[in-house]
Amino acid sequence: MHIEVRGISKNYNGHQAVSDVSFSIERGKLIGLLGPSGGGKSTLLRILAGLESPDAGEIYINGKLVNDVQPQQRGIGFVFQNYALFKHMNVFDNIAFGLTIRKKDKAEIKQRVDELLDLTGLRGFEKRYPHQLSGGQRQRVAFARALAPRPELLLLDEPFAAIDAKVRKELRTWLKQLISTIGITSIFVTHDQDEAVEVADEMLIVQQGRLEQQGTPVSIYTEPKTAFVAGFIGHSTVVEQPTSLRGFELTKLSVGTQAIIRPEFVEVGREQEIAFPSAAAKGTVRHIFFRGAHLELDIQVGDNRVAAHRSLDQEPLQPGEEVSVLIHRLYVVSEQSATMVENPLKVDPLPVHI
Amino acid sequence: MAGAITAHLSEKASKRPKHITESPIIRVVLIGIALLFLGLIVLLPLASIFVEAFKKGFEVYVASVTDPDAISALKLTLMTVLIAVPLNTVFGIAAAWAISKFQFRGKNVLITLIDLPFAVSPVISGLIFVLLFGAQGMFGPWLAEHDIKIIFALPGIVLATTFVTFPFIARELIPLMQAQGVQEEEAAASLGAKGWQIFWRVTLPNVKWGLLYGIILCNARAVGEFGAVSVVSGHIRGETNTLPLHIEILYNEYQFSASFAVASLLVLLALVTLIVKSLVEWKSAQQQAEE
Repeated sequence: MHIEVRGISKNYNGHQAVSDVSFSIERGKLIGLLGPSGGGKSTLLRILAGLESPDAGEIYINGKLVNDVQPQQRGIGFVFQNYALFKHMNVFDNIAFGLTIRKKDKAEIKQRVDELLDLTGLRGFEKRYPHQLSGGQRQRVAFARALAPRPELLLLDEPFAAIDAKVRKELRTWLKQLISTIGITSIFVTHDQDEAVEVADEMLIVQQGRLEQQGTPVSIYTEPKTAFVAGFIGHSTVVEQPTSLRGFELTKLSVGTQAIIRPEFVEVGREQEIAFPSAAAKGTVRHIFFRGAHLELDIQVGDNRVAAHRSLDQEPLQPGEEVSVLIHRLYVVSEQSATMVENPLKVDPLPVHI
Repeated sequence: MAGAITAHLSEKASKRPKHITESPIIRVVLIGIALLFLGLIVLLPLASIFVEAFKKGFEVYVASVTDPDAISALKLTLMTVLIAVPLNTVFGIAAAWAISKFQFRGKNVLITLIDLPFAVSPVISGLIFVLLFGAQGMFGPWLAEHDIKIIFALPGIVLATTFVTFPFIARELIPLMQAQGVQEEEAAASLGAKGWQIFWRVTLPNVKWGLLYGIILCNARAVGEFGAVSVVSGHIRGETNTLPLHIEILYNEYQFSASFAVASLLVLLALVTLIVKSLVEWKSAQQQAEE
């Protein structure tokens, strides 16, 4: 299914939930709709499903304008955030709902539901009611129920939000595999970037109702197009005066321009550990946080504070210790753009030619 | 029975930790006061009805209960209930549906209007219909011309009863439907269900216990309604007397045993209602616990 959205806007009592959003999605792709809470992601999803109607703009599914098509006829499966399972129906009847409503014959319904029970690993739970299931199981029932009428597009609103961290990871992997097996075009909403990066083929970053950037997780990570994306993706520190950082003194910037630095851009260590000591500045370790697989350092460099990572294998640093800080690169951001600038001093002082 | 209290007794309430509970003496005193009060105010009068009813012997009791006027009063009461309760069920569901699922102007006015029958005295509720349909009322002359009887006849009694008992079902359903929200219905819509299919398969099954509870309360009040019905009925013996009115007439004629005998019928109807109500409460509490 090919989906095209042109200039969609939606206003709720003066609050612009979605403003002028356009994008297109190829058949079979798994799309992550990522952005901060209250940024209009769910509204966008509900507009696609036909549960809300846009104030302006057009939605095309397979080249056909569907603005005036009722949700019942759009051929879209929707998985709600809290699953919205039918409380008074057991698992079998929940999954079968979309088929019984279409008056399919009993044998056909049974066959399809059995197929989905196997697919979702819910075999043996047919007679259970939603309240007798765990969060993960309910999520699967919601998923199977949405898939039963063979929709062409599957929409998932924060599908893992209500599930505890451990099960969530398993479910993510499971969902990604399942969706690629079925080959159904899917869009899922999330505010968790790890989830989006891990699961999605392609991401749409939405903020304050606007589409900031569309692209693969890798391209969004390495080439953020806007200041918001540069700051939202990854663990970012905002630096107010980038020209005070060693190596970036000569970077041409307009007044008040900020820079964004990710921990992976920063190398911190005793002087002998740094590859390009000439490009490094002096800094002080303010705090050290244990993050399980690595240490996170909070470093004071001049008037700026930056975050950096350090491996547990390296010699431990102490809070208050003076260290060398090498900033490999940073993003210079203005209102609507983000540009990457490499540290110009990072030139090997003793080039060895073989 | 204006306004109802649903008691969902949970284990938690009765197992209070030691440091916040009262000493045994205070507990005994509190429970004692409650039981004493209940005995004086509820049980004693209830028992006295049966004592009075059987005072002049079993034959008098049977005779009063099988008296043609008593039988016709019972029939009229049941007939009124059979019309008023289903009407209010339909109206109640429609009103609750409109209020909880749609946004529209005048919603608060509608909610206030639904409560109106609880707020005004039943006598006034009856008077409204006399003023509308009575001989000197707004539509009186027109009705007389077409030989349609509303006041001092079954239609008036049904109207008054329906008016007085209207809030029960709507009031029971509105908070329930509001709490349930629209998610399940949206899910049903995205799965292809249309308006009526959504109502029958999703909305109604979700509120069935609340609805049944509302119907029972409505029924209890409809059976016992005195004030409003008294104004519109005209007290024609064997024709427009409901059970409560019949009891009053017997009492005013000093036929105490007979009046208490008929009253005991009303008590029995009330007891049946109470038992059904407890069953429904128990069942719905069980369902709530499951959710």
